[in-house]
Amino acid sequence: MSASTTQGAAAAHDPATAHGRTEQPRGGIDLDDPTLSRFEVVREGARQDGVEIVHYEPPFPVPKTRGERRLVRIVTGFFLLTGLASTVFMLVYILWPFEYAPGADRSDWFTPLLGVSLGIALISAGFGVMTWGKKLLPHEIAIQERHEGGSAPKDRKIAATTLLYIGDEMGLRRRPILGLSLLAGLTPVAVAAGAPFIGALIKDPNKGHPLLTTAFREGIRLTHKDGSPIRPEEVSVGGQITVFPGVPGGATNRHADSPTLLIHLRGEDADALRANLDEINRGSMFGNFVAYSKICTHAGCPASLYEQQTNRLLCPCHQSQFLITDNAKPVFGPATRALPMLPITVNDEGFFVATSDYKVPIGPAFWERYS
Amino acid sequence: MRKRPKLDVRALPGKTAGEIDDRLQVATPLRRLLNKVFPDHWSFLLGEIALFSFIILLLTGTFLALFFDPSMREVTYSGAYEPLQGRHMSAAYASTLDLSFEVRGGLIMRQMHHWSALLFMASIVVHMLRVFFTGAFRKPRELNWIIGILLFWIGFTEGFAGYSLPDDGLSGTGLRIAHAIMLSIPVIGHWVANALFGGEFPGNGLIIPRLYIAHVFLLPGILLGLITAHLALVFKQKHTQWPGPGRTNSNVVGERMFPRYAIKQGGFFAIVFGVVALMAGAFQINPVWYFGPYEAAVVSAASQPDWYVMFLDGSTRLFPPWQLELPGGYHIPPLFWPTVVLPGILTILPILYPFIEARLTKDRRAHHLLQRPRDVPNRTGLGAMAVTFYLVLTISGGNDVIAEKFDISLNAMTWAGRIGLIILPPLAYYIAYRVCLGLQQHDREVLAHGVETGIIRRLPDGRFIEVHQPLAGSGHGDAEHAQLEYSGWVVPKKMNRLGALGPAIKGFFYPIEKPAQAPVSPGRPPVSAGDRPAVTDSPERLEDASRR
Repeated sequence: MSASTTQGAAAAHDPATAHGRTEQPRGGIDLDDPTLSRFEVVREGARQDGVEIVHYEPPFPVPKTRGERRLVRIVTGFFLLTGLASTVFMLVYILWPFEYAPGADRSDWFTPLLGVSLGIALISAGFGVMTWGKKLLPHEIAIQERHEGGSAPKDRKIAATTLLYIGDEMGLRRRPILGLSLLAGLTPVAVAAGAPFIGALIKDPNKGHPLLTTAFREGIRLTHKDGSPIRPEEVSVGGQITVFPGVPGGATNRHADSPTLLIHLRGEDADALRANLDEINRGSMFGNFVAYSKICTHAGCPASLYEQQTNRLLCPCHQSQFLITDNAKPVFGPATRALPMLPITVNDEGFFVATSDYKVPIGPAFWERYS
Repeated sequence: MRKRPKLDVRALPGKTAGEIDDRLQVATPLRRLLNKVFPDHWSFLLGEIALFSFIILLLTGTFLALFFDPSMREVTYSGAYEPLQGRHMSAAYASTLDLSFEVRGGLIMRQMHHWSALLFMASIVVHMLRVFFTGAFRKPRELNWIIGILLFWIGFTEGFAGYSLPDDGLSGTGLRIAHAIMLSIPVIGHWVANALFGGEFPGNGLIIPRLYIAHVFLLPGILLGLITAHLALVFKQKHTQWPGPGRTNSNVVGERMFPRYAIKQGGFFAIVFGVVALMAGAFQINPVWYFGPYEAAVVSAASQPDWYVMFLDGSTRLFPPWQLELPGGYHIPPLFWPTVVLPGILTILPILYPFIEARLTKDRRAHHLLQRPRDVPNRTGLGAMAVTFYLVLTISGGNDVIAEKFDISLNAMTWAGRIGLIILPPLAYYIAYRVCLGLQQHDREVLAHGVETGIIRRLPDGRFIEVHQPLAGSGHGDAEHAQLEYSGWVVPKKMNRLGALGPAIKGFFYPIEKPAQAPVSPGRPPVSAGDRPAVTDSPERLEDASRR
C-alpha cells in the first residue's frame, strides 16, 4: 500500500504520466488520475490482495432496457410484498385473539397466521435480495492466490527459536527446581478448582440402596392413583390395573420405581404360572392375582402394553416383551431380566397389601446390581 | 446561504472513516476482507443453513427463556388449557403450557425453536456428508472436520437437553432412558447417574434445572465457540473449490466477498428464517399438551425422540439381549453397547478417518480441490456404508410405527433391522463402488467418443450408427486423435450442454429482448444464440432437421 501511494504521489508531479495509465509500472496506478474509474481502483486494490478480477460483466450494459426494468419490477415487488406481509404479521399479532379457548375458535388461527405472514415476509425479502444480487449485479470471476503449505522455513525457524529462547529466558534448564515446584504447586490448585464441581455432585448410590428398594414394605397397601385401596373384585378376570404403594405421594414421581401392574389371570393361565413359578417368586401370588413391576428391566420405561391374548407385556420404548405366565421373563427384544414379582396378599380388611418389598431389584440393570 | 461553513453532510462519511482509520488503521484489513474470494457452488451453502438455524435458535431461545420456569416444583395447573386443569404437574411443564397458550406469540416461538433445532441438526448432517463425499476433510482441513463432528455431538446433547426441559410425558420417558443408559456404564454407572440426577430417578427436582443451565448456557457457549473456530478456520484456510478451468490447488476462483457473495448470503439467511417461520406456523411440533405431565407409570406407544436421536433408539431396539455376567456378581447390561459404546465408536472413527485415509492412500499433500464422489469409489463406498448403517438404525427407531401403519409384525421389523444392519451396509458399499466405476467409465467414454446426439444414421451399406458429437477437435477428421483428459469435473453429456439448444427465452408475458446469459460456470461456458455453429454437415444440422 505504501509503495503505491508513494508512486501515486510521484506521478502527480509528473503531468506526462497522468494521461498514459498504460505506461504505469506494473502493479501501480495513479490514484490522483481524474480519468481513473472507481472500478480500476478496486481492481488495483484487489491485485494487492492477490486477487485478479479476470471476468467482469454487468448484466445490463445499456441502462433501462426492458429486461432490466422487468428485474427491477420483480425486486421491487418482492420488497413491497415483504412490507405487506410484515404489516399483516403485526396486525395479527396485535389484534387477533391469541389466548387458548376450548373448541374451534379464532385463536386457533393465531399461530398459523403469524407463521405464514412472517414466512412470506422473510422469504420474499430473501428472494428480493437474492434476485438483486444474482441478476442485477455484475457477474464476475475473480481469482485469488492461495498459499500452499506452511509458513516459509525462515519464518518457522525464527518462531521456533523465539519460543526456545523464552525457555532460556525463564532459565528452566538452569533452575529446574522452579519448574518442578511450580508444577507441584499448580496441580493441586487445578484439582482444587475442579473438585467442587465433582465433589458436590457425587452422591453415594449405595447409601440406603435407593436403586435396590422401592416404597413397598410388608403391609403397605396397593392403591389406585388417587390413593384408594384395592379389593380383588375390582380387577376383572384377564384384566390388569396399575397400582402404587399406599404411602404419601406413592403415585407421584417421588416413587418412580414403584408403579406395579396388578393382573388378574384367567384360571388356566394362573395354573400355568403357578406350575412353573421361579424359586424366588414362590408364594408371591395371591390366588389368581399376580403383581409385576411396571418398570422395564431394560431401560426403565413402563412396560405397560398388555396383550391379553398372548399374555405378553410389551414395553413401547424398545419392544421388550415379557411373558406373564412365565414369571414375566423376557421373550423378545433387548431386555434380559424378568420383571420382578411383588409378593402380595389380601389383609383382614379385604384390601391388597404387599407382604414385602420386591425380592429382586426393579428397573434397569447396572454394574453392581445384586440379583 | 449560511455565513459560516456548517456541517458538510456529504463529506461526513469520508471524514468519519478517516477518523476511524487514524485510530484503528483498518483500511488495509478492510480491503482484504472486502476482496476475499469465495468459490461458489450450491453444496457450499449447506453449512450456512446450520449457521443460520443456530442464529434463529439463539433468538427464539432467548424469548422462551423469559417465560420458562425450569423447576420441578409440583403445582396444580389452572391455566387456559381446559383438559389439564386441576392436574398436578411440575412448574416446568405448567410454564411450557402457559408459554404455548397464554403468552402472545409464545407458541410460534416454541415451534420455531424446535423446527430450527431439527433443521440445525439436519443441515449439520447433510453438510458433513458433502464434506465427506467430496474429500473436503483432507489435509489441511482435518481440524475443521473434527470440530464439525464435535458440533454434531454437542448439538445432539443440546437438542436432547432442550426437548427434555418441558417435563412432559414424552420427555420424561426420554430422561428415564437416559438415566438407564448412564446406569449401564460399567463400574461407575450408578455413581454417574446418581451424581447427575442428584439421587434415584427422577431425583429431588434437580435434573431439570441442571439440564436447563446446560441447555441455555454451557452447551450454547461451547457451540458458539466451536462455530466461531469453524468459520475462522474456513476463513483462514480459504474455502475448497471444485476443479474446473483455471482452478488449481493454489488459487481460489469465485467472486469477491462483497457485494455479490455477501448479498446472496444475506438473502439466503432471510429465506432460511422465512422457511422456519412458515413451518412453525403451519406444522405443529411437539404438542406437549397432548402428552400430559410426566408420570413414571405412563407411556404411550410410538414414543419417538427427535429424529437425530432416533438412530440410537434404533440401535437400542435392535441389540440382542446379551447381558455380560462377570465374576463377583457384576453385570454389563445390553443397554451399554448400543447407547454408550456405539456413539463412542461413531465419534472416534470419523475423527480418525482423515488420518486413516491419508495413511492408506499414502497421500500427505494438502488438497484444496474437491473430488467428485465417483472419482474416489472406495471412500464413496464407505460413505454409502455409513449412511446405510445410520438409516437402518434410524428406521428401526420407528419400527413400531412402521409395524403398526403397514400391519407388519413388530418382531419381524426388529429382525429385519438386525439382519439389515449387518447385510445392507456391505451391499451399499458394493453398489456404490460399482456405480462410481460405471460413472467414471461413462465420463471417459464421452471424452473419447463424444456426446450421444440421439440421431441414428443409416449408412449406404444398410448399417445403422448413432452419431456422436466429439468434445475435442474441430471436425470429424481429428476427433480420434484429440482425446480429452478427464479434469475431475462435470463432463457434458447432452447436446444442450454444448449449446445445441440456445438458452431458453425468458419472460413471463412477453419475451425480454435478448436471451439471458447462461450462468458463468466452468461446466457450462456462456452460450448465446449467436454462438450456435453455422449449419454445416454436422450432427446439429441433422438434429435441427429432425426437430422441424
